[in-house]
Formats: sequence, structure tokens, C-alpha cells
Amino acid sequence: MELALWTYEGPPHVGAMRVATAMQDLHYVLHAPQGDTYADLLFTMIERQGRRPPVTYTTFQARDLGSDTAELFKKSCLAAYERFQPSALLVGSSCTAELIQDDPAGLARALKLPIPVVPVELPAYSKRENWGAAETLYQLVRAFAGPAATQPRDPRSCNILGPTALGFRHRDDTREIRALLEGLGIRVNVTAPLGARPADLARLPEAAFNVILYPEIAHSAASWLQRTHGQPFTRCIPIGTIGTREFLAEVMQLADLADADVSPEALRAPWYARSVDSNYLHGKRVFVFGDATHALAAARVATEEFGFTLVGLGTYSREFGRDIREAAATYNVPALVTDDYLAVEARITEAQPELVLGTQMERHIAKRLGIPCAVISAPVHVQDFPARHSPQMGFEGANVLFDTWVHPLMMGLEEHLLSMFREDFEFSDQAAPSHLPQSSQPAPAPAVPLPAAVATGWTPEAERELMKIPFFVRGKARRNTERYAADRGIGQITVEALYEAKAHHAR
Amino acid sequence: MSVPETLLPTACATPPVRFERGQREVFCGLTGIVWLHRKIQDAFFLVVGSRTCAHLLQSAAGVMIFAEPRFGTAILEERDLAGLADANEELDRIVGRLLERRPDIRMLFLVGSCPSEVIKLDLGRAAQRLDRAHAPGVRVLSYSGSGIETTFTEGEDACLAALVPAMPQASAAQETQLLVVGALAEIVEDQFRRIFAELGLRNVAFLPPRRAGELPPVGPNTKVLLAQPFLSATVAVLERRGAHRIPALFPLGAEGTTGWIRAVANAFGIAAARVTAVTEAGERRAQRALEGLREELAGKRIFMFPDSQLEVPLARFLSRELDMQPIEIGTPYLNRDLLSAELALLPAGVPIVEGQDVEAQLDRCRAARPDLTLCGLGLANPLEAEGLATKWSIELCFTPIHGYDQAADLAGLFSRPLARRARLRV
Repeated sequence: MELALWTYEGPPHVGAMRVATAMQDLHYVLHAPQGDTYADLLFTMIERQGRRPPVTYTTFQARDLGSDTAELFKKSCLAAYERFQPSALLVGSSCTAELIQDDPAGLARALKLPIPVVPVELPAYSKRENWGAAETLYQLVRAFAGPAATQPRDPRSCNILGPTALGFRHRDDTREIRALLEGLGIRVNVTAPLGARPADLARLPEAAFNVILYPEIAHSAASWLQRTHGQPFTRCIPIGTIGTREFLAEVMQLADLADADVSPEALRAPWYARSVDSNYLHGKRVFVFGDATHALAAARVATEEFGFTLVGLGTYSREFGRDIREAAATYNVPALVTDDYLAVEARITEAQPELVLGTQMERHIAKRLGIPCAVISAPVHVQDFPARHSPQMGFEGANVLFDTWVHPLMMGLEEHLLSMFREDFEFSDQAAPSHLPQSSQPAPAPAVPLPAAVATGWTPEAERELMKIPFFVRGKARRNTERYAADRGIGQITVEALYEAKAHHAR
Repeated sequence: MSVPETLLPTACATPPVRFERGQREVFCGLTGIVWLHRKIQDAFFLVVGSRTCAHLLQSAAGVMIFAEPRFGTAILEERDLAGLADANEELDRIVGRLLERRPDIRMLFLVGSCPSEVIKLDLGRAAQRLDRAHAPGVRVLSYSGSGIETTFTEGEDACLAALVPAMPQASAAQETQLLVVGALAEIVEDQFRRIFAELGLRNVAFLPPRRAGELPPVGPNTKVLLAQPFLSATVAVLERRGAHRIPALFPLGAEGTTGWIRAVANAFGIAAARVTAVTEAGERRAQRALEGLREELAGKRIFMFPDSQLEVPLARFLSRELDMQPIEIGTPYLNRDLLSAELALLPAGVPIVEGQDVEAQLDRCRAARPDLTLCGLGLANPLEAEGLATKWSIELCFTPIHGYDQAADLAGLFSRPLARRARLRV
């Protein structure tokens, strides 16, 4: 047993749902109790899909356990086939049905439906959402990918593999990458699972190579296609300017194209990073956590394209733990491979970053710690489905990263102004907002003597000095000083100690 | 996948009820944790289940607003199922760690789930053992919120029923106690407290309490007043401890609230004049607040998918106080006994459907083209995309809707989707 307060990934059948919902003309019959229907809301509320996921749940109840849940499964399968008339059926169990061992695969086969039935076995007590999505895509590709093409393949053709429903910016990444490929004169044969029909999967072998956007989801299918159909697949992830250039170079090689410089005019991120006001970004301490693909890419973009300093790197994708550990070693930071939210929180607290690049969970951690944060990875939140085109990948993605990572830091832009004005009488937490009438100004606090130093260990002089520091960085200064004092066994924090601590933390 | 519809025998005053079986599109009882943990402020809810349970809880909670929430899931893993780990030892370890980390917790619920029920993990015994181990600081109780046994609000019923054995025995000498049962928003609870005080009742208690240490006593001198219609198991265990239920309408809308209070007054022999004096102002205020909303909602046809078991009292309120026209009242279960007063007030001939076959129900809904559809989160946006206005039902459990001063808020939940459609020009 493992205690979970929040989980980064759902159960594996939710991964299967993400694949089924992304596709068309496919229906998933899931042997599951009624509560499991909550998963529909992930798609209809978080992703705001205007149609129900193509999923039929058997919704067996306790009283069915004594009688015949297998019969219920068969009835549900038949009803789903008749009602939705899909061209293929996906069948499987959720965690509870796995325990009652009804064998959806055999039951569905026994119905002798006139359409292909693809069973997916997803061990709910050891695997998770991304694994479930990968396994489902793999089984579907295996089931439908037709025989190797007889005609020679057009070297300038590829498939895009990986985007699903409920994916972090999958919709926009797909559009962006497709446009980049087409700009090079490469034809996109099939995109899967997003938007694909089972019949499209049959055409997968016709392309010369595969582009995999999300290895967590597409790697096993792509490996199988390579083994079985001799299709190579891309390894570079087109996140960030450098990542995108490397990806395009790899693609041009696979497509037998002469290497060409592809830098659109609309790519602004590198210039913005070089512009003088970005100096304040220099060496910002950043902590990165997410799925493996996005975390690795973010670490690289943060260090090489923003000039940040990485102070921590982690992932909840245990299947890719090795990649993260290797990368962390090259950055000389500790690696964190866990899906324990509290462990992530502890590590962030300890690392004292100035920016967190994480998931929605880290956004909450960062908020609590008063640290700016930008979201780089699933698990998704309704905010991760913006109305506008907002990819993470490609050159436009690089622009998006610049904006979304820098905006939480904007306070930093004024940092030099802050130090200039730190003692300004209008620039303190006591000053009322200038746009409000004077009458609304609170009465000046009576000049009470400062509290005795016993509790905090601060001398009155040091406390007064602390009050001269702008209020929005005062908390941090107080914490840093107290930690410094505690570490050195300094009982009384004097003005001297305050500046000693400042010098220490300035590094 | 509908099975032949059966007409069940009904009392003469109640409308026909059809039973339907097929795919259900409802939450399981675990969902109740989302509001129950806000209500009992020093309780922790530990679900013993799968990753699906954990995922459901955080998805139903919508946003993860609490850094360290007072609910969590002990996720069963392969080794627990294969018998490689003793589930009870594992549970003891997790609970020990949890309570050590959270010294503020005074009550711990072990909450059963579908997987824990199927593998027959005896959480009742585990709770007894842990209760002894962590006494007297922490009370450990258990109940099942599993989807194979409970639907949505039945989780609250199971939780409150589990609290009953822990309630102290009321002394026979004590003045008759009014026990109001069902989780209510604090502001509503306080409003009701004031009303009952004005009626002259001095011994009034609420279940669940706000703190674990404030469990009210129960005994033959206790009269039970339900604030929610889905509490049949809780009523049964309270009755076994000698308490008597006061049959009443539910306090939704002006009429429902007055009916609810009147039932109490009758049970306690309070003079009619005094009741009128106490309820008059609130009732008038509620009616006045509802006037404008009635203009917006009168004549609108509403189709209700089964969800919270609040559907019958809601249909009564919407039809009688807002002149809306219910065209189908779906409910996961229909407790005719607890709802007898409500059923008698429904407009004649409205079909009530107990249970669910979601596909057949969607067909009927589409065919009926109601002005408004009350449904769960999985169905709302797809129906909106088809051009049908919807009200998502989970809000009925998260928003204060009971009592006079919330009657207009409750009506507002139904008018807002329509007003919004009327305003939007895109």
C-alpha cells in the first residue's frame, strides 16, 4: 500500500480512454463499476470536449457480483456495437473488474461481432495512465497496421505518433509540428491517435518514418513499427529553439533532404533572451518537475536558452527514471523520481528555487511557498486548454515558453528599481494605494516599541533594518537570515548578522 | 441495454415510478468526502482503494486547493493483492505515519472502495483495532463509499450511519432532543439554530458535528429531522438506538422550509401561532426573493437525470414555487418512505424513473428538447454542444441551498444557465 494525497497520473484505463477519445470511429467497452464513469468529466469538463468519450461502462453493482457480471459485459458490448456502430471495439477492465477476472477479451470474441475487437489488459495495481495510453496505442497499431507497403515509400512522408485527448497542449503541438514538417515538403501520412480512425492505422506502414512527440505514449508503438515495418523514428523532442532545430535536422536526414536552415521570422525567443532587459533572468534558480519528456526539455531550455541555473530535476514518469537521473548528473543536481507529492514539496522547499517549472501540483506548492511557477507538463487542468493556439513544441512553442516562464518572474524586472527605492516613503506596505482618496488611508500605526527580541531572536535595530527592505521580499529576507542564524547557532540577530546573511545568500 | 420496464406498486397518492436498468452515469459514494471533510474539520478520510479512487477524488474536487488535504488514498498494489504484504499491517503502518504527521486529526474514517470490497478487506475490524491503538486521541471508524454499493450521496449516508454507534447515550431524564441530520453549510446550520431557538427548543443538535469531539447524544428521547433525503441507512441506525424520525418535507424553498419547521413544531407540540410568528418573516423574504426568478423560470420544462437523490424535493420546489414543468424526474434510488410528503406534492403524471440507463435516457431527453436539463458533469457539456441548456447537479451538494434565505440562491442555480444563453450573442 502506498499513501497518496494527490496523484500525478490516473489509472491505466484512463490512458486507454485518452487514446480512444482522441480517435474516431472506435468505441471502448470498459468493465467497471458505476463510480468509474467520473472519468468522462476529465474530457467534458477539463478539456471541454463537446462530445462524450466513446466509452460504455458496464457499471456492475454488488448484487451483480453474485450473479453474472460476464453476461452483463456481453450485453454492454452488444448494446455499444448496435448503438454506436464503430468500426472497431476496444475492450478491457478497470481496477475492480480486474479483480473479478471476467476476461473481457474472450467474452467479446464469443460475441462474434462483425468488427475487429482489440483487447487491452492494463494491470491497474502496478501501472499508470501514461503506460495505459502507450499500451493501448501499441495494441491498436499492432492490430491494424497493415502489411508492409509494396510500392517504395516516399522518403518525404512520415506519421506523427503520440498526441491524445487530455494531453498537455497535444492539440497545438500537433498543429505546429505538422506545419513545420509540411514546410519542409514532408507529407504527414497519418497522425495518431489524435483524429485517426482504425482504418488510418492500417496505412501507418506507408510512411517512410515516424515522428514521436511524446515517448511516454508513442515509444512502444514506434519501436514495434521499426521492428516490424522497418520505419525509423525520431529521438529529438522539438521543445525549445535548439530542440526544434535538432528535431528538424533529424527529420531532414530521415527524409533524405539537404540540410537547410529553418528559422522563421516569427521566432522571437532567442532574441528576447539576448535583449538587455533579460539580464535579470541570468542565473535564476529553477526547479523542474514533470513528465520525463517535458522535464528533460524544460531543463535544457531553462539552462541553454534562458540562462537559468538548474537546482533540481525530477519526474513522476518512473519508466523514464533513468533518463532523468542521467540528465540530472550532467547538470550536477539531485534527481527526483517519485510520484509522492509531499516528497516533491520537501525537495522544492529545500532547494529554495526562484522559479518552479512543474505541473499543476507544483503550482500549488509554489504558491504556498511564495515562489513564481509556470506549468510545463500534465496532469492537466482546465487552464491547460487555452482558447488560443499555444503550443509547447516548435518555434512558436519556443515563443510560448519564453512568455509563460518569464511572466511569473516579471516582478524581477523591477528588481533594480526596488533596491533603488527600498527606503522610499511611498514604496512600503504602510502606504495606501495612490489611486484611493486620502481619507481611506488607515490611521498611521502608533509608534509602538518593537516586540521584545526574545521570540524571534531579532534585536530591535535589526528588526528596524529589516523593515526597510521592500515588503514583498521582506519575508524571504527574514527566512534566509533566520536560517543563516540557526545554522550558525547565532542567538541574537543583529544588523551585522542580517548583512552577513545577505552576503551569504547572495553567493 | 434497457431491461423491460416494470411498473412498481405505488401508494395511491404517489405518481407512477418506472425502474430502469442499464449503464449508470453517476459518481460513487467516495465523492461525498469532498464536502464531508470540510464539514467535520478535524476528521481525515482515508480511502482504502485503487489509483482510480485517488484520481476520482482529486478530479471531483475539481481543483487541488489544499496543499495537504484531509483525505487521501491508501492505494492497493500488486503485492497487497498477491498476499505478499499483509494488508492489515500495511494499513497500520500508513495510519501510524499519517497520524504522526497530522497531530490535529481527531477522527479517522477508513473508507471502503470497490477493490477493498471485492477482496473482502474487513475495514470494520481494522477500524476497531486502530481505534484501540490510537485511543484516546483519535477515534477510528469505517464505512463503505464503494461504487458497487453506494451512489454519490449514499456515501454521506454511510458515513453518518458509521458515526451513530460512536454517539453517546442520551440520558432518559433529559429534555427531548431535536437532532437535525445531514451535512449543511455552516451558515445554514446557524440560521436553523436561530429558528429552532425562537421556537423555544433548547436541546437541538446537528449530525455531522463540526468537530469530532462534539458528537451529540442519541436515545429514546431523540427526535430526528432529516435535512437531506438520502439518509435512509442513518435513520435506520438512529431508530435502532431508540430515536424517532419526524416525517417532513425537506427544507428546499419557502414551502419546503416552512413544512420542515412545522413538522418539528407538531412533534414538539408547539402552538401554531408561535410557529407562524417564527416562520412568517423568513417565508415572506424567500417568496419575495423568488418572485423575479419565477418570472424567468415559469413554464420552463426541466428534465432531471438521476444523481443526488435530491431530485424529488427539487422537482417539488421547482414546480410549486417557480412554476417550472418537470418532464422526467430521474433518481438513482427512490425512498418512498422518506419522500412520502414530497411525492404527494408533485404535479400529477410526471414520470419518475428510478435507476438509470443513460443511453435510453439521453434519447428521451433529446426527443423532449427540455428548456433545461439537470445532469452530472460528464453529460453537461455534450448536451450543451447539442444545444440543450444544462445545470450541473454536483453544485447542489457544494452550494448552500437549504432554508429560506437560500431559496433564491437555489432557484438562481436553475435560472443562470438560461439567462446566460439569453445574453450571449456568440
